[in-house]
Amino acid sequence: MSERTRKRTQVADVDRSLYDFTYSEEGYERYDDGLTPDIVRSISAKKDEPDWMLQMRLAALDTYHAKEMAPNWGPSIAGLDMDHISTYVSPKTKQAKDWDDVPDDIKTTFERLGIPEAERESLAGVGAQYDSEIVYHNMREEVAKDGVIYTTIEDALHDPQWEPVVHEYFGKLIPPADHKFAALHYAVWSGGSFVYVPAGVKVEYPLQSYFRLNAEGAGQFEHTLIIVEEGADLHFIEGCSAPKYYEANLHAGAVELFVKDRARLRYSTIENWSKNMYNLNTKRARVAADAKMEWVSGSFGSHVSYLYPTTILAGDRSSCEFSGITFAGATQDLDTGCKVILNGADTTASVDTKSISKDGGCNTFRSSVVVGRGAANARASVSCQSLMLDDISRSDTIPAMDVRNATANVGHEATIGRISDDTVLYLMSRGCSEAEARTMVVGGFANPVSKELPLEYAVEMNNLIKLEMEGAIG
Amino acid sequence: MSNHLLRVSGLFAGTEDKPILHDVSLSLGARETHVLMGPNGAGKSTLGRVIMGDPAYQVTDGSIQFDGCDITDQSADKRSLAGIFLSYQAPVEVPGVPLYSYLRTITQKRPELKMTARKFRARVGEIAEQLDMDSSFITRELNVGFSGGEKKKIEMLQLLLLQPKLAILDETDSGLDVDALSVVSRGIEAYRAACDGTLLIITHNTRILERLSVDQTHVMVRGRLVAEGPGSLIDDIDAHGFEQFERAAEGTDAQ
Repeated sequence: MSERTRKRTQVADVDRSLYDFTYSEEGYERYDDGLTPDIVRSISAKKDEPDWMLQMRLAALDTYHAKEMAPNWGPSIAGLDMDHISTYVSPKTKQAKDWDDVPDDIKTTFERLGIPEAERESLAGVGAQYDSEIVYHNMREEVAKDGVIYTTIEDALHDPQWEPVVHEYFGKLIPPADHKFAALHYAVWSGGSFVYVPAGVKVEYPLQSYFRLNAEGAGQFEHTLIIVEEGADLHFIEGCSAPKYYEANLHAGAVELFVKDRARLRYSTIENWSKNMYNLNTKRARVAADAKMEWVSGSFGSHVSYLYPTTILAGDRSSCEFSGITFAGATQDLDTGCKVILNGADTTASVDTKSISKDGGCNTFRSSVVVGRGAANARASVSCQSLMLDDISRSDTIPAMDVRNATANVGHEATIGRISDDTVLYLMSRGCSEAEARTMVVGGFANPVSKELPLEYAVEMNNLIKLEMEGAIG
Repeated sequence: MSNHLLRVSGLFAGTEDKPILHDVSLSLGARETHVLMGPNGAGKSTLGRVIMGDPAYQVTDGSIQFDGCDITDQSADKRSLAGIFLSYQAPVEVPGVPLYSYLRTITQKRPELKMTARKFRARVGEIAEQLDMDSSFITRELNVGFSGGEKKKIEMLQLLLLQPKLAILDETDSGLDVDALSVVSRGIEAYRAACDGTLLIITHNTRILERLSVDQTHVMVRGRLVAEGPGSLIDDIDAHGFEQFERAAEGTDAQ
């Protein structure tokens, strides 16, 4: 009887050769492992920074050393040995405005990731970071003409017009004392983006920054600072990937987003770090009156993630929408979610997340909704759907709500499901193989998130899902 | 007998803990229309699913031959590509999967149905018109939020698109839904006109068969085929019910 039932086999790992390639870092400037004031000083000196930035770095380093090895409430980060993480690795190149001027190995990397092609077809501007430094930055002329600034923080600091702006906003939304890895970030940050959209300007095409960590045993600490002035509109996309190494890599970036009155900012992320990455990233947005913040987030990679983009709805009638999907496979423990703080009156927040667990992967969805005393008639809804693809994976949902205004309306729903045998049979009896049937169901599950992305990124996300699903069933 | 499209011989099958089908033998010739009838719970739907290759059921003895090949151990997708189609009484909903791209995917799996995107769109439109479907259905997700009658239309749409050699229509539950009934009748007519394949209609409702010329009727009771006759057997069942066959089955069970 049993020999008639078809056998299923599990394949240990997935072919991720698309992302999994490396180039030699010979000739690169790589700072010693570990963390000392000397390293911080030399990073700052190399960037020729204003003194306030150096002082901020040194103070942050003290904070970092003073804080306990947090966190102790989520996935283990015991495999992360800070004495063996190089905080600064710089490719031997200057920033280019033309892909032809980017060194061949780096250019090939980004070409394989489809970045120059995407720029030609559908983006208003592109930044590409390789290890610790931005190697390419360019923006369409018509966007620049509108007064939009899209550059690195380093360059903004060297511009007398923008240095005071950076000084005013940098580190204000995420203070260095926020948590241990925020402190680390401010001590050794390098690269990232500075975006300024003047009042009333609607940027038609998205801007995109791509972060690639090539060096083994290194950290990436880019800082993204975006200011969208009153009535302006921007879509910003970040993409991340890294090849697989045996030694741990660390990503501790910071993203600070200021959305002014009546403005709209959409921030989309496709993250596919390799599975030796500790992704301890901090993202935060402050949203003023009648403004709107939209997050779209696809997390596929990393060994351990702690990631909870936070939205502060400060202004009355401001709103935020969060759509996210997390895919945890073998060896992955991903603790993700989002936080919303509703302080203004008549604010609304809508959170819709999905998680997929497979091959023993762990997903924890953590959400926090805080409704302040002044947030009359605030409305928040949180929905979390989990899909388990086998019996050895794990999925937990931990929602927290703190409501201090009696007129607020807060709701939460969570579901955990599996792919039913009847669904697989239905699709198979129309000609799909079992693997195709499962991939189709998972793709459908992720569809509400991927359809929020621009087409080419939706395609990339679907490809990542296929990549993760491939070889699962033999 | 070699010109039989489907040949089920001495089939025993069931779930892990419960045998359902006992010694079932059935032969369907090309272009024939067969009807499988029987009281509730007789195992009719199970037979349809076993022919389709549902892994929830295990074949413990006997064999299934289709188009000259032994398919007893084949998976459902292989059987589908070989030309077997099963229309479900309650099709599953698959959230997030756009109906149109799903239809394109399952059509492209079949080399004999290769066509351009443009031709495909025209073909879907044509079938939708035949089935009197609202054009908005195409932008929706596979079976999600459709009524029973609409789901039936989507099943018939797939039947007409894929043009299988053998269509098994499981209509055991749709007996009382007049809408669904007329959809299925229309689907059957269009299928007949388009590819003249073989039909096995599973039902316990005779209205669906009124406008159909049936070659053979099979009666199943408690997992056994207890009677076989011409199309006119349906009228007899209509008039007298299944009691006579149930009595006969008791005799078989006792042996």
